[in-house]
Amino acid sequence: MKDPSLLALTLAQARDGLARKSFSARELARAYNEAVSEIEPLNAYITPTPERALAMAEATDQRLARDEALPLDGIPIAVKDLYCTKGVLTTAASHILDGFHPPYESTVTDKLWQSGAVMLGKANLDEFAMGSSNTTSYYGPVENPWRHRPERQIGDNRPLVPGGSSGGSAAAVAARAALAATGTDTGGSIRQPASFCGIVGLKPTYGRCSRWGVVAYASSLDHPGPMTRTVRDAAILLRAMSGHDPRDSTSAPVAVPNFEAALTGDIRGLRIGIPREYRADGMSGEIETLWQQGVEWLRAAGAEPVDISLPMTKYALPTYYIIAPAEASSNLARYDGVRFGLRVEGNSLDEMYELTRAAGFGAEVRRRVLIGTYVLSAGYYDAYYLKAQRVRTLITRDFVTAFERVDCILAPTAPSAAFAIGEKTDDPIAMYLNDVFTVPPSLAGLPAISVPAGLSGDGLPLGLQIIGRAFDEETVLRAAEVLESAAQFRHLPSFVAGGGR
Amino acid sequence: MIAKGTIGGRTGQWETVIGLEVHAQVISKAKLFSGAPTDFGAEPNTQVSPVDAAFPGMLPVINRSCVEQAVKTGLGLGAEIRLESVFDRKNYFYPDLPPGYQISQYQQPVVGRGCVVLDMPDGTAREIGITRLHLEQDAGKSLHDQHPNLTYVDLNRAGVALMEIVSEPDLRSAEESGVYLRKLRSILRYLGTCDGNMEEGSLRCDCNVSVRRPGEPYGTRCEIKNLNSIRYVMQAIEYEARRQIEIIEEGGTIAQQTRLFDVGRGITRPMRSKEEAHDYRYFPDPDLLPLVLDPEWVERLRAELPELPDAKKARFVSDYGLSADDAGVLVAEKETALFFERVAAGRDPKAAANWVMGNLFGALNRLGVGIDRSPVSAEGLGSLLDLIADGTISGRLAKDVFAEMVASGSNPAAIVEAKGLRQVTDEGAIAAVIDSVLAAQADKVAEYRAGRDKLYGFFVGQVMRATQGKANPTLVNEMLKKKLAAL
Repeated sequence: MKDPSLLALTLAQARDGLARKSFSARELARAYNEAVSEIEPLNAYITPTPERALAMAEATDQRLARDEALPLDGIPIAVKDLYCTKGVLTTAASHILDGFHPPYESTVTDKLWQSGAVMLGKANLDEFAMGSSNTTSYYGPVENPWRHRPERQIGDNRPLVPGGSSGGSAAAVAARAALAATGTDTGGSIRQPASFCGIVGLKPTYGRCSRWGVVAYASSLDHPGPMTRTVRDAAILLRAMSGHDPRDSTSAPVAVPNFEAALTGDIRGLRIGIPREYRADGMSGEIETLWQQGVEWLRAAGAEPVDISLPMTKYALPTYYIIAPAEASSNLARYDGVRFGLRVEGNSLDEMYELTRAAGFGAEVRRRVLIGTYVLSAGYYDAYYLKAQRVRTLITRDFVTAFERVDCILAPTAPSAAFAIGEKTDDPIAMYLNDVFTVPPSLAGLPAISVPAGLSGDGLPLGLQIIGRAFDEETVLRAAEVLESAAQFRHLPSFVAGGGR
Repeated sequence: MIAKGTIGGRTGQWETVIGLEVHAQVISKAKLFSGAPTDFGAEPNTQVSPVDAAFPGMLPVINRSCVEQAVKTGLGLGAEIRLESVFDRKNYFYPDLPPGYQISQYQQPVVGRGCVVLDMPDGTAREIGITRLHLEQDAGKSLHDQHPNLTYVDLNRAGVALMEIVSEPDLRSAEESGVYLRKLRSILRYLGTCDGNMEEGSLRCDCNVSVRRPGEPYGTRCEIKNLNSIRYVMQAIEYEARRQIEIIEEGGTIAQQTRLFDVGRGITRPMRSKEEAHDYRYFPDPDLLPLVLDPEWVERLRAELPELPDAKKARFVSDYGLSADDAGVLVAEKETALFFERVAAGRDPKAAANWVMGNLFGALNRLGVGIDRSPVSAEGLGSLLDLIADGTISGRLAKDVFAEMVASGSNPAAIVEAKGLRQVTDEGAIAAVIDSVLAAQADKVAEYRAGRDKLYGFFVGQVMRATQGKANPTLVNEMLKKKLAAL
């Protein structure tokens, strides 16, 4: 039995509704399975798993009947197809992983299933998470559910990108075809699509969520994290995703707080840093206005805005686009056609490598593998990679210095609203510039959240970002929830499963 | 006169300069970065975890016991232990290297400078510098001979921990290189950090060889890869040095190269030139944090180190009064030293050393077994020495008893009893035998008395024969002299 109103619930509401037995987990799963089918035109999912969703929901209902509910029992979520899921096709949106069914489950998704969550399917993404538009997927681009701009000129009805790389996750959550989703953020891949799709996206502190079983793009920058409709939902999901994992050497042995309990709504006296360097040249007026509005909202709630300086900001993008491709060029060497995935036979070993990798990797992946190979090569290592690592240290130091004076930082998430599919594909630099505000906290490994805060002149969602101290997601979430309440963002995309009831 | 350690060429003397890179497989139950087992000789691809096969999303986690082994080895080489070291990725494509990179330590190894002292056969000692020791993963094995046009890959070895031990270019001959490798292997075995088994590939060696005129700067070197026996190392160095000398003497120059040793033909041949050398694009592995050691833990390991060959040798000389040569032979293998000490305990150490190095080594050689599989136990040999010392059997009979011990494995007292080999020390019985011998050889006695002193030995022999060798030789001597004098 389908009930579209179930799709309008937040994760917290669904959790409480299930606990009160207002509806069953199977009803919820069925509604979401239908929603997944309904939003097929968005191409948000690569592999829906409706049977698995129903089976998991069935198990939830049995636990609910015994009053043994788990923290996320019955919550239907989408999994970015970068997380390995045991026995379920895992593609990283790349041709080169054709037919790959992992014999293991990633730590984070395993924790989610252990918490009772229900898997709706594997969400589309940029190939190997490389992109800011979800247009590099071998399985085709994802469309932003906010694709019908009322003000759009006649003839300009090109669909919009959902952002990337977690574009499928963002589109699914925004279009009500998942109650929440996992994403990964390397340079902005959770926060920028969250901003483009009008949802909440949280990149936790590096080391908070295990990377074990998540297909690697850039190991020192890859952050698994939650994508949800509300800040509270992000807090709930993050708790289930977090925790020390001895199988990931970079996982932090720190306790997992009850993040939801941090949402007190009280930010009186909280010092909010406003980094002057983020007033980038050419930032659109509406972004600047929204940012200022955010400052006022937080001030009105009792916080104290403080002007700060992050002088190394301008070096963040070039630094990122050296370190990330360098690590990627090495991380992606394992896709060689020898053990799994695609193999194109050749007349020699080298030919097999070349044909397999040429056929298996898309243009953006090839570009980054080439850049990464170049910056690590003999004679260039010191000038590029080593220098980038030093600048990275300085960028981190900027934040450490700033956090001596403030408790968190408010900034825009992205320099623009969602753009049209195809708009920046010919100009990789323009595409890379989209990460200008998200990359610095990525390099520093700091927690940062994007909260939908307003609409652009074109009626598209815009997010604001709150950045916090390492392992202080609680302050980040608390401030974000206050921002969310003040912004009262109630807008819906034009394409929503269940018709938006 | 020809300078020591040089090779004569057509145009004069040449010095060979050698540095060795030894890859020693760490004794460990699990691999360096995965929990997969390391059993040798298992069915192909049965000792492989998804980490070793570099499946997507798999991450390395350092195996603490491998680090402990490396640190122990560093301590055993008297080397600097570096409390912070870094794992790097060495990137290259090959089917038996699943991730497309080897995790190794490039600029910041776990062990720094150390030293190995060589005892050369001519009695001199040579100090060979250790540049560094680092931990790295082994690759898998490519099997090219299983199929006419396919290569098979066995990943059992992929990810197994290796210690790469790099020497300074301090070695000057193939012989020295052989002594160095034996000494290094001995230290590793004493420490229990590598079994040193070259046939199973747990110890492999790359040789960097160059030649120069004595006193001149280093020449251009060639690297000979992956030698798996000390004999091959020595042969390859000999050949390579001669090859380089010939080229230079004929006006050529040495090209820096990586070469392979052709075991069948006893020659080295080029594998790749400097231009074809890989660009390994080393960079710190972002999946691993720097390896930070607790100084107290290192000191605990230092305190727990076993006695190593050099110290043991010095002790054998000072405590047991052995010669340096004998002590050197006995300490070369840990098991031999242990065996010797058990035999020597409470006994004459020189006799113990002579028996171990003489009769026992001879028997083991004939049987083709190591001391760990010796048919004669240390306790058995000790009892035999006791029987000699307390006069139960003579030294001559002891050799027969020992032969019986080797053959049957029985204990010496039982053999002596069963064969009635107990020494005759009854003076009356010996006197009777002497009397009868002298009576029977009256003509010889007369000759003796006429001045043929040499016949004394003949009389001893006759007495011993009459007692089937059981008469106590000291008593026979004393009493025979008296009897002859009294005649």
